[in-house]
Amino acid sequence: MNDTHQDAFDKITGTVGDVTVDNPKMRLSNVDVFYGDKQAIFDVSLDIANNEVIAMIGPSGCGKSTFLRCLNRMNDTIPSCRVTGQMSLDGEDLYGADLDTVLLRARVGMVFQKPNPFAKSIYDNVAYGPRIHGLASNRAELDEIVIGSLQKAGLYEEVQDRLDAPGTSLSGGQQQRLCIARTIAVSPEVILMDEPCSALDPIATAKIEELIDELRQNYAIAIVTHSMQQAARVSQRTAYFHLGKLVEVGTTNQIFTNPSHELTENYITGRFG
Amino acid sequence: MTNTDSDSSDMNNQDSSQALPGDSPKRDTTSLVKATLARRYAAEKRFKFYGIFAIAASLAFLVVLLTSIFIKGWPAFTHTYVKLNLELDADTLGLSDNPTAKELRAANYSGVIKKTMRDRFPDVKKRKAKKELYQLISSSGEYRLYDMVKENPAIIGTTIETWLPADDELAAILKSGDDLSDPDSIVTRMSDQQIGFAKTLKDAGETQTRFNKVFFTNGDSREPEQAGIKAALIGSALTLLVTFMLSFPIAVAAAIYLEEFAPQNKWTDIVEVNINNLAAVPSIVFGLLGLAVFINFFHLPRSAPVVGGIVLSLMTLPTIIIASRAALKAVPPSIREAARGLGASEQQVVWHHVLPLAMPGILTGTIIGLAQALGETAPLLMIGMVAFIVDIPAGFTDAATVLPVQVFLWADSPERAFVEKTSAAIIVLLGFLILMNAVAVMLRKRFERRW
Repeated sequence: MNDTHQDAFDKITGTVGDVTVDNPKMRLSNVDVFYGDKQAIFDVSLDIANNEVIAMIGPSGCGKSTFLRCLNRMNDTIPSCRVTGQMSLDGEDLYGADLDTVLLRARVGMVFQKPNPFAKSIYDNVAYGPRIHGLASNRAELDEIVIGSLQKAGLYEEVQDRLDAPGTSLSGGQQQRLCIARTIAVSPEVILMDEPCSALDPIATAKIEELIDELRQNYAIAIVTHSMQQAARVSQRTAYFHLGKLVEVGTTNQIFTNPSHELTENYITGRFG
Repeated sequence: MTNTDSDSSDMNNQDSSQALPGDSPKRDTTSLVKATLARRYAAEKRFKFYGIFAIAASLAFLVVLLTSIFIKGWPAFTHTYVKLNLELDADTLGLSDNPTAKELRAANYSGVIKKTMRDRFPDVKKRKAKKELYQLISSSGEYRLYDMVKENPAIIGTTIETWLPADDELAAILKSGDDLSDPDSIVTRMSDQQIGFAKTLKDAGETQTRFNKVFFTNGDSREPEQAGIKAALIGSALTLLVTFMLSFPIAVAAAIYLEEFAPQNKWTDIVEVNINNLAAVPSIVFGLLGLAVFINFFHLPRSAPVVGGIVLSLMTLPTIIIASRAALKAVPPSIREAARGLGASEQQVVWHHVLPLAMPGILTGTIIGLAQALGETAPLLMIGMVAFIVDIPAGFTDAATVLPVQVFLWADSPERAFVEKTSAAIIVLLGFLILMNAVAVMLRKRFERRW
């Protein structure tokens, strides 16, 4: 770290704003994440509420994606990664002995930055989750789940007559909506989205944003985004990360119109990041 | 090399002539780039030429190799037959009126053939000349005759017109198209008199060259005209089957464990280094190991496809493991993440997503390994698969030999006809290889999917 970095880093002394909500779906307190000897997340506490979209913004390398990936323990597969702190889903400890990652990931779904459909048909892409978890007892039920999920993801109309076509034959935006359909087919409680629109054009992005807004009725959604406009459009609460620390949390309205912390203001006014 | 040197010296000159490097508003990029363009394109053209030259050279070698093998080997697929009017006289055959099976087996068939030959060339009186005359017909002729009589005993006492296989030397000079009227110009072990007989038979239209079925239905033989490739072909197939059944599952399992599940530590590093080392071990060492362990210690049968297969799988394993690991590594991590994100267990991630996508690469590696095993001779010599095999192996524990060893054995034989047999065996080996590759390509097409 050079001097300016160190100055900025020292300037962040805890989080501005209320990190808790009344009825949290997920509660994360004092989370630290290390990659080997290097610490990536410093003492972050944050609640994720039901029926709400929380946006995580911040400059590149600020730890927002790392933090998001802690929420369904996707970091487990990185051997050097170590996570400490209290994290819970409906009061259940995420890193507790009796919580299995398979079950956790069925309850906390994830949509990735790059659309990554499986090398299978559109139908099989969506049906994969229900199949491995045994959510449907017969073909009719599975059909219902697949079609329902595709409808919720706003993709059904476009693909209904070619469900057998490979998922990779769709356009980028359609692929990302297929990935969202695949995630909601498992009926998760929380959906994590890691920059879901960064590989998409504005029209596809608009469709996904519309979709996120609809999904909010049923799910808790946490979205990491580089686009401040997107955060402003889709989220109700916004969390600003900087250098691995959570600088400020507040309603999206407050963060974008009246930020309390100097760094937040610098970022959203475009002075850096 | 010179290009880079002059480029950098140009750069240095530029820098030193300017007051401040990097801050040079007067530097004219267009003319500088233009000055280098011709040189850059020339280098590109040169490199293209090297590439084309390399490809042309390797193609030329391949064409020379294949042409020489085909030209040499082609005659082995045909054989010359001689027309004989055989008088199946019971007396000459030494048979009673109502012959038993034993009598039929012991009958004097060669006597009949010899008599027919004497009748065909009535001028031949001398003992030596008669002997030379008899040599023109393959010794397998009497077995054919026995088969014919056994099948239909009614032909005893009649005269039948039949074609019997010629001796290999006779077949060789007739197939070569040499000028039989000039015996000195022909390279053969036959005497001038025998060549004279050959000319007479040929001019009378009593010789005929046909497809050599025997080559594909017989095992090895000391007589070139009776030697066939079938025993070696079956031996190769059985050996490769054992190799595939052992090496494919073991190698793929090892690759999956090392690539997907193994922790990164000292032990896996040691395992990895040793697998890479094994790939470089000379194959004959595996043969010695097979001899010491499987035959001397476990007392498995000698010269058997099962031992050959085990030894060859040891040799093939590292190749398939390395190729499979590369194929697994090439599967995009995003696919793994997507499956994990849906709650798939590590096992499901591998079986449902990673393995199907890696399958084309794994199959390619397997086919490379098996092709290597198919062409391997040295380790099989050590475990006794170099034996002289006349019978077609019927199982994994029967004595057998394989195609490359058969090539080796025939190449070592002095008879002229074995030269063409050697090349023909190589053609069969190549055909086997092409067939294997075709199957691999087909399987790969089936598994290949875009992602």
